[in-house]
Amino acid sequence: MRKAYIIKKTIYALITILIVLVFNYILFRVLPGDPLSMLMRNPKATPEMIEHVEAMYGLDESWWVQFVTYFEDMFHGDLGTSFVYKEPVTAVIGPKILPTVILFGLAEILAIFVGILLGIIAAWKRGTKADVGTLGFALVTYSMPTFWLSMIMLSLFCVTLQIFPVGGMESPGMAFADMGTRFVDILHHLILPVITMSILLIGEYALTMRNALMDVLEEDYITTAKAKGFSSRYVLRRHAVPNAMLPMVTIIAINLGLVVGGAVQVETVFSWPGLGNLMYEALNSRDYPVLQGLFLLITVCVIVANYIADITYSYIDPRVKE
Amino acid sequence: MSSAKSMMRKRKLKEFAGSLRRNKMAMTGTIILTIFILVAIFGPIVVPFSTLDFGDAEDMMQPPSSEHLLGTDDMGRDVLANLMSGARISLLCGFLATIISMVIGTIIGIASGYFGKAIDNVLMRFTDFFLVIPWLPLMMVLAAILGTSIWNIIFVIGITSWAGTARVVRAQTLSVKERQFVERTVSIGAGNIHIMIRHVLPNVFPLIFANTVLIAAVAITSETTLSFLGLGDTTRASWGMMLHYAFESGAASSGAWWYYLPPGLCVVLVVLSFALMGYAFDEIMNPKLKER
Repeated sequence: MRKAYIIKKTIYALITILIVLVFNYILFRVLPGDPLSMLMRNPKATPEMIEHVEAMYGLDESWWVQFVTYFEDMFHGDLGTSFVYKEPVTAVIGPKILPTVILFGLAEILAIFVGILLGIIAAWKRGTKADVGTLGFALVTYSMPTFWLSMIMLSLFCVTLQIFPVGGMESPGMAFADMGTRFVDILHHLILPVITMSILLIGEYALTMRNALMDVLEEDYITTAKAKGFSSRYVLRRHAVPNAMLPMVTIIAINLGLVVGGAVQVETVFSWPGLGNLMYEALNSRDYPVLQGLFLLITVCVIVANYIADITYSYIDPRVKE
Repeated sequence: MSSAKSMMRKRKLKEFAGSLRRNKMAMTGTIILTIFILVAIFGPIVVPFSTLDFGDAEDMMQPPSSEHLLGTDDMGRDVLANLMSGARISLLCGFLATIISMVIGTIIGIASGYFGKAIDNVLMRFTDFFLVIPWLPLMMVLAAILGTSIWNIIFVIGITSWAGTARVVRAQTLSVKERQFVERTVSIGAGNIHIMIRHVLPNVFPLIFANTVLIAAVAITSETTLSFLGLGDTTRASWGMMLHYAFESGAASSGAWWYYLPPGLCVVLVVLSFALMGYAFDEIMNPKLKER
């Protein structure tokens, strides 16, 4: 049963990735904005130049040949050359991955921890001020544009209170005595963006946890456990909470897409040198190859994360084998 | 028979309106939204047009005063006046994008649920694709390729946000299809299109309506975010565009709170009002949730 489920999910994930590849191809070549039509708009472009560019990008070939070349290049790790940096897209994207992973990895961990805690309190003290407060917090943060909260945080903590440095990952022009002081400096830059991003995630995690826990608390086995004479606290900790954590696996995977969208905004406002900031730059300079590479990386990561969540879920909750 | 049916529908509608009025969250949301809609309609008429003109150098980035209640921006324009004219663009953009999204989601959902089999399979893989790919980056890329205009933004938001609706509508269509009255209509020779429009659509409509509210919230946030990222229409100052200019002119790091706080606050209030209404609809339609 589980084998069939995993095979089905694997095929679905592969089909989705295939659609993404085709979609990415169509998006950046068929729609206006390909290198050729951009060159055509330049009055100084001679017919020879246009021919040269056509041959360079393989645009003089039939669409079928172009399509096959696109796949071949992709599997060789060739994502084209950046219009702005004049470097291979992979070389432009590569160094930006780690800062983003650090920033959003920490934000996710913080948000999951606080979100679960708030969710448990809200479900346990249903209808009290703590519950209503959590609900209100979730609604307000849900309604808030990510970049706007980032601007407020930057203005409040970096400009008015001057507790944290104004953006970036390291203090510019500093020669660090040793790795330790450099680490502290990066940490100092990291705190505010991490808190900002986690604030935006906590509400959703708390609500998911709260609703899941309420469902679990109505299950028969909870009544049974209470009837056996276990204390409410013990039942909550040992029976209810572990089972209520299951939906969290899915919501965290689904949320990865949201996190990516937030990354662009948080990194832009805090000038964090990661993938999101690169995306903002690529958007505004219309650096299509970089944009295409980033979009591909992001979508494939999100699809893989969802796939892993599905498979994990089938192991931790055997009821989901269909 | 049809009059009895319409009477029943009327009664249901009245009950729905009644429980809406009793629901505090729904009321709060409706009131906030109504105020913004009124501002969007009448604001640009009330506000003297000259306050939107570029000001002199000494008028730029001025904090609130009796002359400019919310101060001025980096071009010397009155922030309050901008805010009121921005309401029209932001709300219009949200509503139009929502309509596009609802139409696509409904058509795909009903077709998928009604025809089933291969059509269902293909349409649902397509829907899954839109569900799983991160929508904000998708919107950004589409908007960047199509070029910056308010119509492109509306189009982009509309065609990327329908997947959730399609899923919900499909599930409901599956259950409606099995009901006896549909079988009876088939037996008297009704065509597929007739059944889908006359029988399935009215039955999935309440669900679509509840979904609309949530899509509208997403649409407003998306327009704001896309505009902020420099993908908005430079000729139409929505709240998102105001925030874009505020960020570009360094309002956050120069402490010009009157410039970047109000547009964001408006977005939060509008999205919040949609969220409150959505939450309330959910409660009314799933009475099980009420116990929570």
